[in-house]
Amino acid sequence: MNLLANLRHLRLSRVLFTLLVAAILLYLIIPVLIVVPMSFSEARFLQFPPKQWSFHWYEAFFNSVEWMSAAKVSLITAFFTMVISLPIGMAAAYAINNSSLKVVRTLQIVLLLPMMVPIILIAAGVFFVYARVGLISTMTGLVLAHIMLALPYVIIALLAGLRNFDMSQEMVARSLGMNRFRAFMAVTLPQIKPSVVSATLFAFITSLDETVVALFISGGDNQTLTKRMFTALRDEIDPTIAAISSILILASLILVVIAGRNKQG
Amino acid sequence: MSNAYLAKSLPDSSDQYPPPMTNEQALVREERKEHASMLLLLAPALVMVVVLLIMPLCWLAFQSVQTEDGFSLANYLRIFQESIYWDTFALTFKISFLVTILSIVMGFPIAYAASRLHGFWANLVLICVILPFWTSVLVRSYAWLVLLQRRGLVNQTLMDLGIIDQPLNLMHNTTGTVIGTLHVMLPFMVLPLYSVMKKIPQDLMQASESLGAKPFYTFRRVFLPMAAPGIMAGSILVFVICLGFFITPELLGGGRTILVSMLVQRNVELYHAWGAASAVGLVLLFVVFLIFWGINRFIPIERILGAR
Repeated sequence: MNLLANLRHLRLSRVLFTLLVAAILLYLIIPVLIVVPMSFSEARFLQFPPKQWSFHWYEAFFNSVEWMSAAKVSLITAFFTMVISLPIGMAAAYAINNSSLKVVRTLQIVLLLPMMVPIILIAAGVFFVYARVGLISTMTGLVLAHIMLALPYVIIALLAGLRNFDMSQEMVARSLGMNRFRAFMAVTLPQIKPSVVSATLFAFITSLDETVVALFISGGDNQTLTKRMFTALRDEIDPTIAAISSILILASLILVVIAGRNKQG
Repeated sequence: MSNAYLAKSLPDSSDQYPPPMTNEQALVREERKEHASMLLLLAPALVMVVVLLIMPLCWLAFQSVQTEDGFSLANYLRIFQESIYWDTFALTFKISFLVTILSIVMGFPIAYAASRLHGFWANLVLICVILPFWTSVLVRSYAWLVLLQRRGLVNQTLMDLGIIDQPLNLMHNTTGTVIGTLHVMLPFMVLPLYSVMKKIPQDLMQASESLGAKPFYTFRRVFLPMAAPGIMAGSILVFVICLGFFITPELLGGGRTILVSMLVQRNVELYHAWGAASAVGLVLLFVVFLIFWGINRFIPIERILGAR
């Protein structure tokens, strides 16, 4: 009798726990999933489920000069951020991993600062400096700021790879006559490839996703997609954003898949 | 600096008195060269952070104590004297605290489920966490604007179910801010929790139960202490990001729920009041650093940030 009651109790709590987990997961995933059907709606107003289906908002996005230019600015900025922050971050991560100097530990914390300082303060500071040196609304300024923001992510990703790598392999290559750079490129780099891939993804995503700094320092012809989306969302909800959002969700889905494969491979 | 000078001056002296280079000397020299090259490798990244982050922050600090009459703490005093500033700080802390508690309560079951399930089901749980995590915060705020509006899906469902008669005001207020912010923060809690829980061996729980402990006792005395570092790391991360969060509160708060980050933004963009903006921002920064410094003794900062 007692055993049966116990069993029933156990099963009930299990069911309740499963329901709880399912509810929280729905809370997490519904906002991501709901945008896609919205983007195929014909209506100008937000309604769910849509009464009529169309590609209207995708056309609006791809035919709009402003949206297209914003998308281009964002992609170019993300590309340059990725290409420049990777070698800079790699040099720093290599030094942090190999140096026995005590000061390097302190410097490592300094390099993590862009992750710790509230982004709004970073934005205000960068805006203040750029206003004085004429870098407001320029692509150069945007890329420089994004490199600084991406560095901690790049360094953390690369350090994870370097820490699991046996540096004596590189030593062997050097003792056999390769110079340090060549030894790194030929021996170390291929073996930490997964962490390089995730560092690259992080750099790209950080830049593509970055909104607050772009809000302050980008403008004119060099407005980012995020800035335009933010202003559009604040002023009046334009359903074109549903189309853009769906494209971005597809992009993040692809990135998650790449990241997942990268971890296994 | 002095090392470089020393290294440069060495060959000169060796011209006159060719010193026998001992093995030890050669090693010391080699070590110095190694240190120098490592610092050189760090230099580009450091320059970026110093020029674009530390220098601007110093500049802002200078602005915050600088008025027309010279040095003044007026900008800081205002935070304590004017209720709008004080209330904003209080509300920011309240919302950050609430979101942190909620994300522990909601993140714990998710992380637990993900760490105990296998194969397809474990992946399903993780994808439900990671996909939103990698989706732009703007996209998610937009989705919440759609879901929470007066005739939105949430209100419609609640009315269809007969739970409410009138649509609730779910956005352009603090409720909307909390719902949207929690959605952004939850993965920051789940991911460190999951990585800690995954490492807790199942045998320990079985051992505890075989020794006669009730499930709840096992949970409290065996599982929870081992999951504690994960809860701590996640909570710090969530709380600190919440304190300075801007995008979602701005969009879902609809200008009615004003947080510290918005105070900084408005002071800069609307009023060009650099002094006020800097003072508010630096107080926020001080609080954030205080939290990181306090937690650093228990968990190294790199570990907490690495969880991202």
